[in-house]
Amino acid sequence: MTASSASDAASSRPPRVGLFVTCLVDTIRPSVGFAAVKLLEDAGCDVDVPRQTCCGQPAFNSGDRVTTRALAEKTIAAFESFDYVVAPSGSCAGMIKTHYPELFVGEPDWSGRVERFCAKVFELTSFLVDVLGVTRVEARYDGTVTYHDSCSGLRELQVKAQPRQLLASVEGLALTELADSDTCCGFGGTFCVKYPMVSDAIVGKKADNILASGADTLLAGDLGCLMNMAGKLQRQGRDVAVRHVAEVLAGMGDGPAIGAPAPAKKG
Amino acid sequence: MTSTPSSRDTVLASVRRALGVTSREAPRRQEVEARLASHPAGVIPARAQLPPAERLELFKAMALGAASSLDHLASAAEVPGAIAAYLSTRDLPLKLLRGADPRLAALPWSSAPQIDVWIGPSDGRQPVGLSHAFAGIAESGTLVLFSGADNPTTLNFLPDHHLVVLEAKDVVADYETAWARVRAQFPDGQLPRAINMITGPSRSADIEQTLLLGAHGPRSLHVLLVGAPS
Amino acid sequence: MSVAITSPEFKQNATEALADPQLQAALAKAGPGFVGKRRDAIAKLPEFDALRDSVRDIKNHTLAHLDLYLERFEEKVREAGGQVHFAVDAAEAREIITGICQRLDARTVTKSKSMVSEEIGINDHLAAAGITPVETDLGEYIIQIRGESPSHIIAPAIHLNKDQVEADFRRVHTDLPADRDLVEPTALLAEARGELRQRFLAADVGLTGANVLVAETGAAVIVTNEGNADLTQTLPKAHIVLASIEKLVPTLEDAHQLLRVLARSASGQDMSVYTTFACGPRRALDPDGPGEFHVVLLDNGRSAMLGGTLKEMLRCIRCGACMNHCPVYQSVGGHAYGWVYPGPMGSVLTPAMIGIDKGANLPNASTFCGRCEEVCPVRIPLPKLLRHWRQQEFERHLTPAPQRYGLKLWAFLARNGWLYRPATRLAMRALSLFGRDKGRFASMPLAGGWTATRDFPAPEGDTFQAQWRARKAAGTTSRSPAP
Repeated sequence: MTASSASDAASSRPPRVGLFVTCLVDTIRPSVGFAAVKLLEDAGCDVDVPRQTCCGQPAFNSGDRVTTRALAEKTIAAFESFDYVVAPSGSCAGMIKTHYPELFVGEPDWSGRVERFCAKVFELTSFLVDVLGVTRVEARYDGTVTYHDSCSGLRELQVKAQPRQLLASVEGLALTELADSDTCCGFGGTFCVKYPMVSDAIVGKKADNILASGADTLLAGDLGCLMNMAGKLQRQGRDVAVRHVAEVLAGMGDGPAIGAPAPAKKG
Repeated sequence: MTSTPSSRDTVLASVRRALGVTSREAPRRQEVEARLASHPAGVIPARAQLPPAERLELFKAMALGAASSLDHLASAAEVPGAIAAYLSTRDLPLKLLRGADPRLAALPWSSAPQIDVWIGPSDGRQPVGLSHAFAGIAESGTLVLFSGADNPTTLNFLPDHHLVVLEAKDVVADYETAWARVRAQFPDGQLPRAINMITGPSRSADIEQTLLLGAHGPRSLHVLLVGAPS
Repeated sequence: MSVAITSPEFKQNATEALADPQLQAALAKAGPGFVGKRRDAIAKLPEFDALRDSVRDIKNHTLAHLDLYLERFEEKVREAGGQVHFAVDAAEAREIITGICQRLDARTVTKSKSMVSEEIGINDHLAAAGITPVETDLGEYIIQIRGESPSHIIAPAIHLNKDQVEADFRRVHTDLPADRDLVEPTALLAEARGELRQRFLAADVGLTGANVLVAETGAAVIVTNEGNADLTQTLPKAHIVLASIEKLVPTLEDAHQLLRVLARSASGQDMSVYTTFACGPRRALDPDGPGEFHVVLLDNGRSAMLGGTLKEMLRCIRCGACMNHCPVYQSVGGHAYGWVYPGPMGSVLTPAMIGIDKGANLPNASTFCGRCEEVCPVRIPLPKLLRHWRQQEFERHLTPAPQRYGLKLWAFLARNGWLYRPATRLAMRALSLFGRDKGRFASMPLAGGWTATRDFPAPEGDTFQAQWRARKAAGTTSRSPAP
């Protein structure tokens, strides 16, 4: 799984991890980025955040290969010196890991380099569990949570058991499964902008299932899906806190939930 | 009426253009010939790879699971009596239509003289048809029937009740074994007009996806399984 | 029935579908059933995934040698006494079929369900020639009497409920007593059976599709649960099989690899009730069966697909699993897609047949959730093929202007990080300031589609990257709590 150079390096010094923070976490919810940093550092990683923009997924899924390719090259250049590249998103990690190679097919100058790069790209929870062998976290969260399996992480990167395994070690947390947890929430990136009425119908069903689960908190590993589901639940006036799974695993689940008011400033 | 040669040639030329081939590459032809000659079996589920007695039990379970009904009889001599019982318990007229199949003709019909046995194809007016199966397939509880001079296909589809005699020795594990037997039966490769594989009575779920039996074909499929496995 | 194209109006179609409570109830009732039945059937067959690989490989092999297998199939059909007709396009297929019917002085043609027959719009063409087409699959019969088209490739009337069917039967079956009891679905089924039984017996020609064509023997394999395809092909004077060229497999064994995944993926059955290998016309001594056997092999753009990215679509066995598992199809139903083939498979196929200019909505109307590819029995990478169409659309400058300009602006920023980072920082700080009290926005400029039905969360404040650099510059550890 891990490149030999990386594991050799890991034996002599902490693994150097470049955090690919993702556009949405960068802009909308930086606290998820800090939660990811804490989890990685607790697991013994040396974390840094190189300057970055976007993995290129919106362009890729809009059929704009030229822009995608340009962003892929920038991302590779920014991150290839790290032992690992970790994203708090199955969608962005999946874009890089499973789709970057398609962008460089038939280019011998690139393909080996891209392959080596993609081999060290991971989604956060699967990196912690599958690569670092983390089995538990030191965190407390008092509540009944349910977990939505975001599509890209689930189907492109097989992220399903890993977040649940880590959540099981969170003190005070009870996990209750959501009906159709592996069905799309209707976000779909640009889809929710192009076909908002269909997107809304899909997230409406998701919201029904979330409520039926009886959970007071909804977790997932992708901020896009979380914003979509939080936005629907809040418009319906539901009292379900929505958070990124990293926040809870890092013991940072006491801040405002997604879409909740920020606390009044002190002093 | 046949297709104009140009349409045939147009389609084949278009296929070849897309594939970047001519029709003359010898390795391609050889690969096709080899595949047709060897007809590899592919993946065969382990489900039915069982000793004969267990295989027969699987066939029975799968047939019942597909909503067929079934009598397991010790010998062919019991078939007319079992048919008489089938008809009378369902208040059906004691009358049936069958093909001229010698295996059906050889049944001791005199042991059930109350049954009025007719021979020929169905025109839709006969409530009960009787056929003889070529094979049964344990994997899915499926019957294999051939059309032919002695086996009108209409008997399989028009009567409300389709009764099928199946000899236990003809119950094979899987479709592949059945095809091997078909190949042995028709060594020149000329198959019957129709080979019907039947797995239970007719059904439809087209109204609100609710499964209902008895759409256009028989409402009941009854298997008269005869003898012990070989 | 007709093949009117409304794919360009997908948004309008979808909006209407979402507002149709009857349709929504029908979808909610049917969808989960298909998913559950498939899951249960597969759980009982440990070899299912190995069979998927096997069928994928068989199809790839056949497609790579399609010219040769077509020739072999034709030869074998001819040896069995049948005729093969190649049709380059839909119009030619219609002419061939109508020609056969006219030569036989046919007045009625019974039909078993065939999506290819929808693709070529044969019913209207036959009717125009004074020949009555009679759909015999129960679902197809229902939509035929309603003047509709199928909304699903294996469950054509999935968009209707029992009460609608009852009303249609009362409207059409006027020879039956008006006070008859049709409350139970079984009564509806029995009535359709009675009506169609007469039609089966009276038909001059039977037209079926084919699920598989076997090159080795020239057999057309037709699968149904109702038995209607068998009555359609057995009773009339002639049996016409209408099938597209990619239905071929080499051998009988290959056919069964495919059949093992077909029924499980479609309806969750191990095996459909009736699987018929039709091998030509009635033999000299046969007491029944059709006197003529014709196979119309339709290309209609498929051979051209063989050479490009879309060739993987030619493995499709029309099981419907992709639409049964598609969140978009399950929300809007099949008619919204606006042509013959709905759901993910239709969204790949339709632009190839009606043009990307008319079909551009369809590949865009996907969340790329990947569930279609996950369940596809022949492992077609449907999201990849949908993305292929989006690329075609983009490169041909067909993308709607607002999206195009939005994408351009975003791409410019994303490719120029020196501008992207301060721009996003500024924007997020501003939005955060406005949204801080509530934590979210109930309406936002340029995001009206989203905020019409959903709130949008307010950004926390400064961007992560800006906060990270500030901390690094200050020498504070990354673990320190947010300021």
